[in-house]
Amino acid sequence: MDPKDSPTQPDRREFITKACALTAGAVAATVPAAAGLFVLLDPLGRKGGGGEPVRVAALEAIPDDGVPRKFSVLATRVDAWNRTPNVPIGAVYLRRAVGGTVQAFNVVCPHAGCFVDYVADAKHYLCPCHNSTFDTEGRIQDPKSPSPRGLDELATEVRDGAVWVKFQNYRAGAKEKLPA
Amino acid sequence: MNSLFNWIDQRTGARKLLHEVLFENVPGGARWRYVWGSTLVFCFTVQVITGLFLWLAYSPGSQTAWESVYFIQHQMTGGWFLRGLHHFTAQAMTVLLLLHLLQVVIDGAYKAPREINYWTGVLLLVLVLSLSLTGYLLPWDQKGFWATRVATNIAAITPVVGPALQQIVVGGADYGHHTLTRFFALHAGIIPGLIIAFIGLHVYLFRKHGLTPKEPRRKRDEPFWPRQVMCDAVACLAVLAVVLTLVLVNHGAPLGAPADASEQFSAARPEWYFLFLFQFLKYFPGGTEVWGAIVIPTVLLLLVGALPLLGRWKFGHRFNLGFLGAMLAGVALLTWLAVAEDRSKPEYVAAVKAADFEAERVLALAAAPSGIPTAGAVTLLRADPLVQGPKLFARNCASCHRYDGHDGLGLQPKDKQSASDLKGFASRPWLEGLLNPATVDSVNYMGGSKHKDGEMVKWVKENVPTFNASSKEQLKQALIALSAEAGLKSQKEADLRDVAIIGVGAKLLVSHDLGCIDCHTVLNKSDGGEAPDLTGFGSRQWLTAFISNPKHESFYGERNDRMPAFGADGRLTETEIGLIADWLRGEWYEPAAGGR
Repeated sequence: MDPKDSPTQPDRREFITKACALTAGAVAATVPAAAGLFVLLDPLGRKGGGGEPVRVAALEAIPDDGVPRKFSVLATRVDAWNRTPNVPIGAVYLRRAVGGTVQAFNVVCPHAGCFVDYVADAKHYLCPCHNSTFDTEGRIQDPKSPSPRGLDELATEVRDGAVWVKFQNYRAGAKEKLPA
Repeated sequence: MNSLFNWIDQRTGARKLLHEVLFENVPGGARWRYVWGSTLVFCFTVQVITGLFLWLAYSPGSQTAWESVYFIQHQMTGGWFLRGLHHFTAQAMTVLLLLHLLQVVIDGAYKAPREINYWTGVLLLVLVLSLSLTGYLLPWDQKGFWATRVATNIAAITPVVGPALQQIVVGGADYGHHTLTRFFALHAGIIPGLIIAFIGLHVYLFRKHGLTPKEPRRKRDEPFWPRQVMCDAVACLAVLAVVLTLVLVNHGAPLGAPADASEQFSAARPEWYFLFLFQFLKYFPGGTEVWGAIVIPTVLLLLVGALPLLGRWKFGHRFNLGFLGAMLAGVALLTWLAVAEDRSKPEYVAAVKAADFEAERVLALAAAPSGIPTAGAVTLLRADPLVQGPKLFARNCASCHRYDGHDGLGLQPKDKQSASDLKGFASRPWLEGLLNPATVDSVNYMGGSKHKDGEMVKWVKENVPTFNASSKEQLKQALIALSAEAGLKSQKEADLRDVAIIGVGAKLLVSHDLGCIDCHTVLNKSDGGEAPDLTGFGSRQWLTAFISNPKHESFYGERNDRMPAFGADGRLTETEIGLIADWLRGEWYEPAAGGR
């Protein structure tokens, strides 16, 4: 480039040209990026399912000595565009509590979301990931457990000899029980 | 701020790079005619940005591709806009490529020493067209599916390597999951990667040789920044404005019904910029397609590539201008011929209408509370009486019957009508026509069959005209009761309202006052007559049983005219018969008012 040829004197007109160039360029670049970001953030506006009572098991299927037993929860699974009725959407531990009521716990550990085991010999729930333990009532057993709260208890109802559970997943890692 | 920039500059040389980018010399000053290359870079950038965001929601698979695109277009916030932007920018890019090519050739920018740069440009043109071709299939709708099948079948006629090439591209012998994974990898990974590499080379060579100035130079030289940058930015904004207009007018990009290899799709056409090739192929009789599809287009493309070499000749530049002009005129003519021929063909117009109807219908079904099953949205259309009923009727019933005077699909069958018109079958108005002496022996009821001279026609013609007011009232009540047997959706309210009349009518149906029971079995009561059993007349159960076997002794028995036993003879499956019955009865999903 020959410096003599290039007008370097900044004047008012050049300022307007520069401003126009930058504005037009910025607008042109912003539109596709903004359109994409809107779609990217779409999941924030979607709520998780759950909360509807689901028939999980016959009352008879639960041991009457207070030992929990694991059951699948069958309901309509909504996965983006798909709706599939009557498929497993999660699992619960059911146990008979004192007074003939039924307790239900979501099998997912409130710490980081692993699937907890019930260890019959030790009479507690053990999370296989970070060793949190919960007693049969779902409370934190060992104070050193990393889980911030006890197992998530779900509302139950016994209707005509069957146990119905309001199945819900909760946010992992929080001290409070917040629906996911 | 400045010290931060210094820190970065010392480590990267950013200042020098920026200076090089912005202060490239523009000989003869900034001009609008130099904007085309920049608009193309802009379009490609838009495609990369929108494409990556679409990628976040797209799922390549035969049961998920259409469904995920449907979800983007109709369920995700702003999804239609993003998709529309991607779709129409692709179209704008094709037009801009052509303009860029024209400008390069007219200005002689392909001549020495810029030959290699020109060739990278031609290669970029081919790569961008391949992006269009591969992208057209990804929504996995009928249009993209059938049009792309044609394209890959054409690839198969390439001498020697054709069939193997086709199988590699398609990912097997037939279209399926692997066709989509391959086309997607080509569309979103391999081809864009090559384009980025060639744009790099193209821009490097452009910078090396500098801009080809249009003579005579009108002004002094000036740097790229700011005036040429302003021209380029405004041009990009103008392109964006055109694209946005198209996006808003069309509410995103079109999405047809999901791909179905078992459904005829006569509306299949390639994108408008490939229509000339589509039209060109029509002129090559069987066995010579390879000339129209491969040889001639390749020769023409090679000639386009040879322009720099031809340009060396004394009259080369003029020849090149003439050649390119003639080729573009040919392309325009072929495109126009393709469009004109389609417009004048009633079959094509009807096929497009049917395609639009199915595209609309599947949206209603997908948005229904039952949603899309994991087997894919195509199963929704296959199980829909409103879509399948008319097709099955046209294929199996319309050679004798009619539906509202046509074959169910709105066309006139070749054969003359020789059996009843079944629109509104078993409804009150339909039965009124049957029991009317003026119409019972018309071709719309029993006039076309051998039952024209049967007992029923005789009874209506001899008795009904003699009825006094009270008998006429009784006949009406019986008719209402018989029609209620069908339980038609369209008469639900009337049947509920007329419960008392239906009660009276039911008694009349089985009494000897009117005499129905003298021949027919009605409401499970019989006097031993052999005429068709009218218990549940027009109900789904009655209708499917009748279509399955009209020769059954509870229907026409030996006296059946020509109607085949569609079920008993295995001509139609139980599901297909059910679809016809449901369609005739008006039983199909309808979105609640106020919904989509």
